[in-house]
Amino acid sequence: MSDTVLSRLLAELAGGRIRIVDLTQTLSPDFPQIVLPPEMGQAWPFRIEEASRYDARGPGWYWNNFSCSEHTGTHFDAPIHWISGRHLPDNSTDTIAAEKFVAPACVLDCSHEAASDPDFLLSVDFLRKWERRHGRIAAGSWVLMRTDWSKRTDPVAYQNIDETGQHTPGPNTDAVRFLIEERGVLGFGSEAIGTDAGQAFHLKPPYPCHYYMHGSGRFGLQCLTNLDLLPPVGSVLIAAPLKIKEGSGSPLRVIALVPQSMPAPAVARVARKKSKTSRARTRRR
Amino acid sequence: MTRPLVRPPRKNPILRTRLPTLPPAARSRVALGLTAAAARGRFELQVCRDCGTVQYPPREACRACLSPRLDWRVQDGNGELVAETTLRHSHELFFRERMPWRLGLVKLDSGPLVVAHLHGDCAAAPTRVRVRAHLDRAGQAALVALPDKDTPHMADDRELRELTCDPKFRKVLVTDAKAPLGQALVEALVDAGVDLVWAGEAEPWKKPPGFERIKALPQVAVVPLDLTDSRAVKQLAGEIGGRVDILINNADHHRNFGIAARDGIETARAEMDVNYFGLLRLAQEFAPAMRARGADGQSSAVAWVNVLSVFALSNFPPHGTYSASKAAALSLAQCLRAELAPTGVRIVNVFPGPIDDEWNQTLPPPKIAPARLAADIVAALRGGAEDVFPGNVAQDWLERWRDNPKALERELAAMPQP
Ligand SMILES: [Zn+2]
Repeated sequence: MSDTVLSRLLAELAGGRIRIVDLTQTLSPDFPQIVLPPEMGQAWPFRIEEASRYDARGPGWYWNNFSCSEHTGTHFDAPIHWISGRHLPDNSTDTIAAEKFVAPACVLDCSHEAASDPDFLLSVDFLRKWERRHGRIAAGSWVLMRTDWSKRTDPVAYQNIDETGQHTPGPNTDAVRFLIEERGVLGFGSEAIGTDAGQAFHLKPPYPCHYYMHGSGRFGLQCLTNLDLLPPVGSVLIAAPLKIKEGSGSPLRVIALVPQSMPAPAVARVARKKSKTSRARTRRR
Repeated sequence: MTRPLVRPPRKNPILRTRLPTLPPAARSRVALGLTAAAARGRFELQVCRDCGTVQYPPREACRACLSPRLDWRVQDGNGELVAETTLRHSHELFFRERMPWRLGLVKLDSGPLVVAHLHGDCAAAPTRVRVRAHLDRAGQAALVALPDKDTPHMADDRELRELTCDPKFRKVLVTDAKAPLGQALVEALVDAGVDLVWAGEAEPWKKPPGFERIKALPQVAVVPLDLTDSRAVKQLAGEIGGRVDILINNADHHRNFGIAARDGIETARAEMDVNYFGLLRLAQEFAPAMRARGADGQSSAVAWVNVLSVFALSNFPPHGTYSASKAAALSLAQCLRAELAPTGVRIVNVFPGPIDDEWNQTLPPPKIAPARLAADIVAALRGGAEDVFPGNVAQDWLERWRDNPKALERELAAMPQP
């Protein structure tokens, strides 16, 4: 192959100078789905039924049929998902331009704040402080809110529901509008079950991240994991939803390309520990 | 005096688990009238419409006047034990394995002379007794004579226990222990002296009021169980299936919609997924292990309870899709009953009227309270029936349905939409 951008990319990948980080949760029946009042329409959890397993139902092969919502597990939200985005052009999973599925990512480390306050709301002030350290958030970027929420492997702790509802971190209204109006981001991603905070129903407007992001043609990513393995800036996300006709979203495999020269603090930490689990999560090439 | 049941010793693992044998099951069609009544917990005999003779055994015509006009009527069963015998030899495997076996001849006050299994607390003849019709392990009506007045521990009688599914010292799986009925069931079972209750829990992040108290009971072990998750059902059956003596499937998805009141099929599909496919998943995974343990000592696998709904008999349009899912479950439960028939494991179908819960909030009373329904289910296990219609509403609808199903269909259609 002649020397092209892609051949150089492949060489960097092969040489381990660009790592692939999987930001996806395993689709499993145990993974919790979003909770709505029971009289409302519900998002299906992931379910799987065996069609055959080298047995009388199919002697030489194993396969399953599965079912889930467009919003189950690690998933993509298209603008048509929200009423504010329902009339936008190219607003569903089948019509969004495919070039939008590869984009740079800014990772905001809110893990400290989320650890002490599960209702932590990301503010404009936080964003400006982050920009002073890491530079201006580039237009067309994914903004990913790292909270380490994905490390809550117990579904009860992950959902964190009490009598007043869910308590998970997310952005406040002003931060969402700032990211759209002042920075022109591609979308917002989170480790929790929604891009909005668990108590965002009580914000103005309710669910501001859904309302404004989708109302302006932006996207969402939810239930991400391994955000602690990404640098604040410099990684590239590949996040392509299934091409569902008029789909409002889709489970998907989200992977990040991370230049090895830009280690996140957590990456260095993991590399030192050489733990078996982190090696499994981070496929080295 | 009946010797109270004691906790059975642990199973000797080097001995082969005894296979279930059944009492003779063949009955003529007319004799099945006795079984049909016993299935609902009633002792009925044929009464001649022309001359009033009460007769036993069932026949095509009146033995006194040859009239074919015979009605099945409830009997109080009171009578006098006139003779008894103790069976010490039999060609029937079932009885050979249970010798000696006490039998009595009872002269009912209503006239006929009947042969009945004899409770150990019945005094020597002549003495007053109460005859009841219970289903035996073959699912057929069997008459049992009980002492005139209740005696201590009478449910523990060896012969009576062959006709009941008493939860005492047994291990029970309640498939949804979080719902109000599930919580009430767990408490009622603990009060009934169960050895252990596996309390099924779906969606652990949802914490309903009261469940923490249920979880803390010493006889309770919480197990993850979501009937919509085939792998979870298989997993749990692999872990505990070989020890479940009684399975109570109370998991229920209930939304109150008809056809026109809700767009789309998502709600109806969710009802089907729990109420119908949930039962199918359970049956495929748990029935095989229970099938093998139908004669596994004192605490053998003995019963499978399905909490259905009286709406399974005839559609209640304001809860139309729910009714359909329960009708599907009833049909499947009949299949399960047929498949488990050779094992002696009894399928008990429970048909409550509206339960006093959030999904029946707008229905006017009377509604059956979860605690009352739980008590009726435990009572059914201690009795000899397989079709249970707890509460006045269910009894009323059952009688109307038996009398004229088409009339009930029209009456249900005319009920105001809440
Ligand atoms: Zn007659």
